Amino acid sequence: MPMIGFLEQAGRRSVRALDEAGYATALFGESLFWTLIGPHRRQPVRIGMVVAQMMEIGILALPIATMLSAAIGFMLAVQSLYSLGLFGAESFAHVGIALALTREFSPLIVGILVAGRSGSALAARLSSMTINQEVDALRAIGINPVRYLVAPALLAMLIMLPALTMWSNLVGMSAAGLFVSASLETTFSSFVANSADVLSSSDLTHGLVKSAIFAVLIAIVASVNGSLVAGGADGVGRVTTRAVVHAISAIIVTDMIFGFLTTR
Amino acid sequence: MNAVLDTALTRAPAPPAPAAIEVRDLDAHYGQTQVLFGLNLTVHPGEIMVIMGGSGSGKSTFLRHLIVLEQPTGGSIHLLGQDVTQLRGLELLDQRRRMGVAFQGGALFSSLSVAENIKLPLREHTRLDEQTMDIMARMKLEVVNLSGFGDLMPSELSGGMLKRAAVARAIATDPQLLFFDEPSAGLDPAVSAALDELILRLRDAMRMTIVVVTHEIHSAFTIADRITILDRGHILEVGTPDEVRQSKNARIQGLLNRRPDETPLDPDAYLRRLTGEA
Repeated sequence: MPMIGFLEQAGRRSVRALDEAGYATALFGESLFWTLIGPHRRQPVRIGMVVAQMMEIGILALPIATMLSAAIGFMLAVQSLYSLGLFGAESFAHVGIALALTREFSPLIVGILVAGRSGSALAARLSSMTINQEVDALRAIGINPVRYLVAPALLAMLIMLPALTMWSNLVGMSAAGLFVSASLETTFSSFVANSADVLSSSDLTHGLVKSAIFAVLIAIVASVNGSLVAGGADGVGRVTTRAVVHAISAIIVTDMIFGFLTTR
Repeated sequence: MNAVLDTALTRAPAPPAPAAIEVRDLDAHYGQTQVLFGLNLTVHPGEIMVIMGGSGSGKSTFLRHLIVLEQPTGGSIHLLGQDVTQLRGLELLDQRRRMGVAFQGGALFSSLSVAENIKLPLREHTRLDEQTMDIMARMKLEVVNLSGFGDLMPSELSGGMLKRAAVARAIATDPQLLFFDEPSAGLDPAVSAALDELILRLRDAMRMTIVVVTHEIHSAFTIADRITILDRGHILEVGTPDEVRQSKNARIQGLLNRRPDETPLDPDAYLRRLTGEA
């Protein structure tokens, strides 16, 4: 009997997960539709709203993104010098740092930061608007809620996540370079030159493409959770937490799959 | 003179104006549970139709179908001659421009100022320049007695002001149909009376057809040209306030005289309602 209950529960959750995945795909498709076709139907995605979201997602996140990126760069430098020091190969520290930062750590840390900061805000906003009938009001006015609420957030994330990732690369490499050059008594410019020799454009593209995928995941996961809210204030809290957990999980799993498929 | 009289006398009577709203055999379900049962209703142009009923009578569901937020499972809804159950895309959008909705809690967009809320439908549906939209927003605020409050955020307004601001947004595009969901709910009697007066003024001055969903009896009898009584998804009565007042139907009298529902509860039916089984 408990086995049947467990299977029933698992079945229900699977169906719900599939249902949400289908809804997420539809939401993404509809957002793209409004972005591309909206202007031809007299219903464009408003540039002003995209810019406002870009400010929120990118510019206002700069201080914390800078601090985290510097910390990650510093930490990578410390660990690289320690592990390579075991073999007397500290002078190659820049190789691991440059590749790890641009291909892995920068997109990942920026993705997790934006998921926690802006993904939660988007989910909370959409869910409270749903509960307060603001989404109904949009539809009654004749404004498609996906065009008005989801598409601007998606576009803003698609622009700002790669931009923040580039910034994170810069800050992380600078922090690592300062530590490495001080520790090895070399110059900062030699660290930069050596790192530039190691990095290729495909390494940078690898990180930037990943950050664009993370942007889609964060925006869509937050929108799905926000629009499926049920209950009052309690429901808003629940979907906000769920959105962050789902988005970060999706980012890490996607990162693993992307790395596996492209780095062999 | 005689010729003029003869012409006037022999002229065919003007055909009756087409209904502003025509609902035919409307069925609605939530999951497997039927919530509206074959509703039929006609609302004439320039009329204030009040839809009344107790909690769970289906009046809010009925309204959500009238404003095309839900699709019925059967029947048709003609708004201004168009069957909105068949409309999609741009056609539905065009239809929505001809109707305004004032939601129960106002549903103003909390991130926009009151004036920006009013300008939003104009911004989306017209090509007016910013200055003209500003003037129009001020005009609408004037109509609802909220002049000078345009720069405030919705969170800075009282309950009554919120509802009036919601009306100002609903009439931004000068719609022919105006829908109200519980306009008096949560308001003190004086503010509620002012809102009733505003609804009457909108009908008289702007010749709008207005549908009001409410359970406030005093307000309903003050503003209604006709009243529809809904009960458990069925229409019990449609008539003028006097006709409804004189109805012999026990459930209508129970509603009007605020008598508690004494229908014995069927435990099986209650359980079926809770579990959503048909």
